[in-house]
Amino acid sequence: MDLFIAIFTGTIIAATPLIFAALGELVVEKSGVLNLGIEGMMLMGAALAFWAVTAGYSMPAAILAGALAGAAASLLFGVLALTFLTNQYAAGLALAIFGSGVSAFLGRGFGSEPIEALHGVDFPVLSGLPLIGPLLFRFDPMVYLALAMFVAISWFLYRTKAGLVLRTIGESPQTSHAIGYPVIRIRYMAVLFGGAMAGLAGAYLSVAYTPLWVENMTAGKGWIALALVVFATWRPLRILLGAWLFGGMTILQLQGQALGLEVPSELLSALPYLATIIVLVLISRNRQMLALHFPASLAKPFRPAS
Amino acid sequence: MHPRLELRNICKRYPGVVANDDVSLAIQPGEIHAVLGENGAGKSTLMKIIYGAAQADSGEIFCDGNPVAAHNPATSRALGIEMVYQHFALFESVSVVENIALSASSAFHLPSLAEKIRELSLRYGMPIDPHRQVHDLSVGERQRVEIVRCLLRTPKLLILDEPTSVLTPQAVVKLFETLRQLAAEGCSIVYISHKLDEVQELCDTATVLRNGKVTGTARPKETTSLELARMMVGSKLPEMHVSPPVPSEKPVLEVTNLSVKARDHFGVDLKDVSFDVRGGEIVGLAGVSGNGQAELIALLSGERTHGRSDAIRISGTPAAGLRADERRKLGLAFVPEERLGRGAVPSHTLWENTVLTAHRSGTVRNGLVDRRKASAFAAGIIDRFKVKANGPASTAQSLSGGNLQKFIVGREIALQPKLLLVSQPTWGVDVGASAFIRQTIVDLSRAGAAVLVVSEELDELFEICDRLLVICQGRVSPPLVRKTTDREEVGLLMTGRTMSKDQMASGSGDVALQD
Repeated sequence: MDLFIAIFTGTIIAATPLIFAALGELVVEKSGVLNLGIEGMMLMGAALAFWAVTAGYSMPAAILAGALAGAAASLLFGVLALTFLTNQYAAGLALAIFGSGVSAFLGRGFGSEPIEALHGVDFPVLSGLPLIGPLLFRFDPMVYLALAMFVAISWFLYRTKAGLVLRTIGESPQTSHAIGYPVIRIRYMAVLFGGAMAGLAGAYLSVAYTPLWVENMTAGKGWIALALVVFATWRPLRILLGAWLFGGMTILQLQGQALGLEVPSELLSALPYLATIIVLVLISRNRQMLALHFPASLAKPFRPAS
Repeated sequence: MHPRLELRNICKRYPGVVANDDVSLAIQPGEIHAVLGENGAGKSTLMKIIYGAAQADSGEIFCDGNPVAAHNPATSRALGIEMVYQHFALFESVSVVENIALSASSAFHLPSLAEKIRELSLRYGMPIDPHRQVHDLSVGERQRVEIVRCLLRTPKLLILDEPTSVLTPQAVVKLFETLRQLAAEGCSIVYISHKLDEVQELCDTATVLRNGKVTGTARPKETTSLELARMMVGSKLPEMHVSPPVPSEKPVLEVTNLSVKARDHFGVDLKDVSFDVRGGEIVGLAGVSGNGQAELIALLSGERTHGRSDAIRISGTPAAGLRADERRKLGLAFVPEERLGRGAVPSHTLWENTVLTAHRSGTVRNGLVDRRKASAFAAGIIDRFKVKANGPASTAQSLSGGNLQKFIVGREIALQPKLLLVSQPTWGVDVGASAFIRQTIVDLSRAGAAVLVVSEELDELFEICDRLLVICQGRVSPPLVRKTTDREEVGLLMTGRTMSKDQMASGSGDVALQD
């Protein structure tokens, strides 16, 4: 039973940074902008949040710093892609590389000492329940925040006018502009939001998940988040499920390594990535659904006609 | 009393062209005012200026007597000016009510808005189900959505840009009833068109534009079509010469029992389609868009292949399994509906665009593009088909719709095809260029080629085709001989049998005809 609890909670925790990053990217892509730089923004968030903790700031302040760092990094991309209309693929890749470089530079002085990780929440009564308590009510607050973001973003995209505007801008910025919506401004907001979410994801990694600083500690999670969005066919629920799948595979392969399976550990480490992609490819084969949810103007630069 | 809208001395210049030159007009309350002109005459620019989507270089605009300074679509809408675009400004991936909510100023409450839409659309005789997704709607239904969207704001001035170009004759009649009802309630209507008969039937006043200038104002109901046409075209009107066909003995294109599933749920399944086209004749395929034309064209052009190879034969050769280039080797040439993106690469030059299909005609040698030959080839097309372009090195997207269409048709005809497949040859093309393109197609067929024309414009099909097929819900009717059929019969075939299942399901049982 303890093993089950460990695998379950481990899965949820491992999925949390992906949920943040992928949901943020979902909002960006739904507005028709492709920001490939998640990895870079996550690293910036991770570095800044870690620094804030070592500098003596409170945990919430450190996490906020991570989010702001991600947003600041995304602003760089926004200026390039939205104002100067550079190729979004190139700008995004540049941001990924830039973020990894800058974070490594900042992190030179961080040392290799772990910090005290973010504490779990202690709900009155609930956390003390047998089985249910350790399963559901002892996570750190960021886990609950990720789920709250899932609910909030789903509601925003499909139940509010602002969400509708965002989605339609992703389908046709020309038409949105014609009926009077400020396409560029809204896209900026989406990009900044995506950056903040990636920053949160990075912060989670460096102050909660593995509370220490290692260069390139995101280890490709930004790219997995990016793939999640595509293979989840731009739908929030599938992103959540995909992230859990990835988290589950990560934990299972760790357990497998601990049990000393006769498989090279490198191969086991690759398993979560492989499994996530295979499953998501399989569920995204339905091209009709893809066509319905795909933001048609994705990665196409938009200049308002005059 | 002030006119609802008055334009004084509007000028608008784009690099290289004067789109509007000293244009003045006045529209009274409750008046249906036509703006007539060929494509490129400056109608669309003028509408953009009225609507605020573009700013005039000079001139004044008055609305109910008040000057309108720099404005944009939002301020125009605040003034009560609404516009129905020719290419609808609708988002396909969301529902009707969501589309309308996007431009409504009211609170974001979809159920009450849906109720309003249903009420209003019924009152004006064009029922729509607010909860359907736009990509499921026919073109006619989409237009209703656009119009209802405008009506919800109780406009004082409604602009319609070529509203009938994609409608069945029956749907046009309905639209006109709606517009008259609106005008009777005091709404002014600006009706942009190049169709004389419609303007004469509907409009109280017409302002005619040519090359950006006003060439006349008329009361269309009291003016002959010839006079209006003269104002529009200026010089003598081109006349069509259609000699009787001399069909070849053997068909060039044979389609037998072709059935196929649509590629996605936006499409229509083809059901047991059979017809043939002989050399020397033009066969027209009529139908409202979205009834299987796209699927049929993709199968005929080779963009999509079919497992049963003899379902389509070109000059007797089973061709349904062949790719597009292999079919072109058999003598097929193809002019698709979308000029930009499918007929030509927008950002490429004209000579580069000729290489796309004319690579077998000497423009490519040993795998290398022969620039000089390609340029000469393109120059030849520009010259022979009177394309207004800045030479072979201008990009495809720099040409106006009509000129690019002339170029693409010319490029295909220069390949001397045995079988020409043309989709919407004159969609959005002005009268002069249309007549030219049609005549070119007729000449090609009379020289022995088989031609299949897919079009939504009945006038066009009746003008040039020898036989007519009607496609509806993926089924193709038996051929009708043009000389023995009429618009009524074709129009009924286009609509009569299409009491579609989704309309039944949507509960709007009072709609007798789908359009």
